[in-house]
Amino acid sequence: MSAEPVNRPSASTGRLPQGEEVKQNVASRQQRGKLWQASLLFSVVVGLSVLLMLAWNIANDAFGGIAVQADVEVETLTDGRPLEDLTQPELVALLEENLRSRVLRNLNREQPLAERDAENLIEVVLLEIVKPEVVATYKLADFLFNRAEIEAQLAEDFPRAELEFKSWVRWDFIVNPMSSNPVYAGVRTALLGTLWLLMLTILIAFPLGLGAAIYLEEYQSDKIFDERTPAGRFFNRVIARSTSIISTNIYNLSGVPSIIYGMLGLAIFVRALENFTSGAMFGVGGDATANGRTIISAALTMSLLVLPVVIISSQEAIKAVPSTLRQASLGLGATKWQTIWKIVLPNALPGILTGTILAISRAIGETAPLIVVGASTFIVTDPTSIFSKFTVLPIQIYNWTSRPQDEFRAIAAAAIIVLLILLLSLNATAILLRNYLRSRRVT
Amino acid sequence: MAMKAIDPQYTADTKYALEVRNVDIYYSAFRAVKNCSFGMERNKITALIGPSGCGKSTVLRSLNRMNDLIAGARTEGEVLYRGQNLYDPDIDAVQVRRSIGMVFQKANPFPKSIYDNIAYGPRVNGWKGSKAEMDELVERALRGAALWDEVKDDLKKSGLAISGGQQQRLCIARALAVEPEVILMDEPCSALDPISTLKIEELMFELRQRYSIVIVTHNMQQAARASDNTVFFLMDKEDRAGQIVEYGPTEQIFQSPKDERTEQYISGRFG
Repeated sequence: MSAEPVNRPSASTGRLPQGEEVKQNVASRQQRGKLWQASLLFSVVVGLSVLLMLAWNIANDAFGGIAVQADVEVETLTDGRPLEDLTQPELVALLEENLRSRVLRNLNREQPLAERDAENLIEVVLLEIVKPEVVATYKLADFLFNRAEIEAQLAEDFPRAELEFKSWVRWDFIVNPMSSNPVYAGVRTALLGTLWLLMLTILIAFPLGLGAAIYLEEYQSDKIFDERTPAGRFFNRVIARSTSIISTNIYNLSGVPSIIYGMLGLAIFVRALENFTSGAMFGVGGDATANGRTIISAALTMSLLVLPVVIISSQEAIKAVPSTLRQASLGLGATKWQTIWKIVLPNALPGILTGTILAISRAIGETAPLIVVGASTFIVTDPTSIFSKFTVLPIQIYNWTSRPQDEFRAIAAAAIIVLLILLLSLNATAILLRNYLRSRRVT
Repeated sequence: MAMKAIDPQYTADTKYALEVRNVDIYYSAFRAVKNCSFGMERNKITALIGPSGCGKSTVLRSLNRMNDLIAGARTEGEVLYRGQNLYDPDIDAVQVRRSIGMVFQKANPFPKSIYDNIAYGPRVNGWKGSKAEMDELVERALRGAALWDEVKDDLKKSGLAISGGQQQRLCIARALAVEPEVILMDEPCSALDPISTLKIEELMFELRQRYSIVIVTHNMQQAARASDNTVFFLMDKEDRAGQIVEYGPTEQIFQSPKDERTEQYISGRFG
């Protein structure tokens, strides 16, 4: 492929490659492109491996082995029969035989043993007599690859203990409330708190953010008052000036560190508006001790935090609606509001919803502002209203990781998995919703 | 604020559907069009021609106050419709656009079904009637735009799923559905192939019986073929403002132009 000079300019100072040179030139330019491509691939690989390491790290903690040792072996109690095979009277007899009279009295006061069913009695036997205890926990890596070493060590330290596989993420973990014993502790309270917070934040931030975005995009240049009077001109100028200050500063607001929103929330929602946020104003004060450190305070704080991002993403979505559609609508005699409601919003909705959900899922992982606003670190009662005390998953994780015992580190990892599943399902919702709305828009 | 209404019964003895008197149009401080006066005859097609940047689209958009949407745009002078200045401060632009419809350069159907595209205009303008009456109205508008036979079986199809020429006729049908008196067309064929262009031109001749049409075009042949009157715009070299050079029956403009510049332009010697 050699190009003969056809139309060479007569008096040119520079020259383009000719003949053989063209080939070399193209080859060297393609070479450069390939190099860049390789380095871009490298960035992707680095990112991906970091992600994999993170996933492995969490799995390593959240799954693994435990060594369980019982005070009394079940076999010695029942002469080798499994507990499930015993009849109800036999179980009662077993308990009366093995427990101290004080413990028996307490149990009978709750509900007489004779009236309890077999299932309940087995639970009592396990809890009060057998008392299985986790004497050691092992990470997944050790459990899988260092099995022999672990078993040797275990036989030495706890000859009666049994090594078994343990997944710390399990149904019990999700439905159990907080407990000081890591084996029984669960994320129920934190999960409910997170869901309450999520719903409320959406309810507050979505309408406010969308409203502000519509105004800034569509109405900002409108003159509300009569331009023909001096007072009208003055007010129009004041409004125009202040909205332009707001719209240029929304980007700055979205960059403010979250802890500062926490301080703001503490000062305004927890302290100044305590009467409202504690529910006292409506006479429904959930917890007397909450003092405004309630779900509603947290949700209002979170709304402030996500509001700039919701506004920006809604603005982008509204901006992306072609202006030719607006003109077509206005050209048919539709008013501005009809155009916004019937043309702009339906077309911008997929983008608005995705942006909002992504912003809010980001906020669900926030810890710092909630610590400042006063999320409880140890709480066992479910939140029942917006005026309840609460805790959320990130706080729970933070709390557990700061404990020294291995078991707490394991359940912290399990809670991280729960949080990640929640976030991923939120993001998946955003994607599905967007695809659904897009497919419906063009019928 | 008391709003003035455009009198629907107005029957002054004027042959013009729309009349522009001494109009200057500004974009902020820049005067884009100066000293513009001409009339658009009833049930006729008026073509606005001229090279790029001469202000013909700006003038067209001032006729139904679409320029109001551009920040900083200002119109001075009078645009008369039914004896009423459309730029009277008490006239609402929405009212103007209801009776003076517009078709844009690039077909811009809404991302809705063909049916809903047509029904949108009547619906936003407070149309009252049964489903059957709306069906009838949609059919009438589509027939009016010579599109009915092509789409009658898939009215539920997206307005974006038909060909470019069909989309443009859909936009015309959409404009017809609100029963305007004047239809403004801003280079409606510039993105279409010759066959679709021809269809739209034929359609314009049909529409002329019931509507007055004003069309901006870059295409000399189109102006010569498909218009009754022609207005030739040119940019003043000194202040870069567009102005009218010549205006009259199309035949006369194309065959015996009075101004030398008109002759040069239509014979393709510049512009």
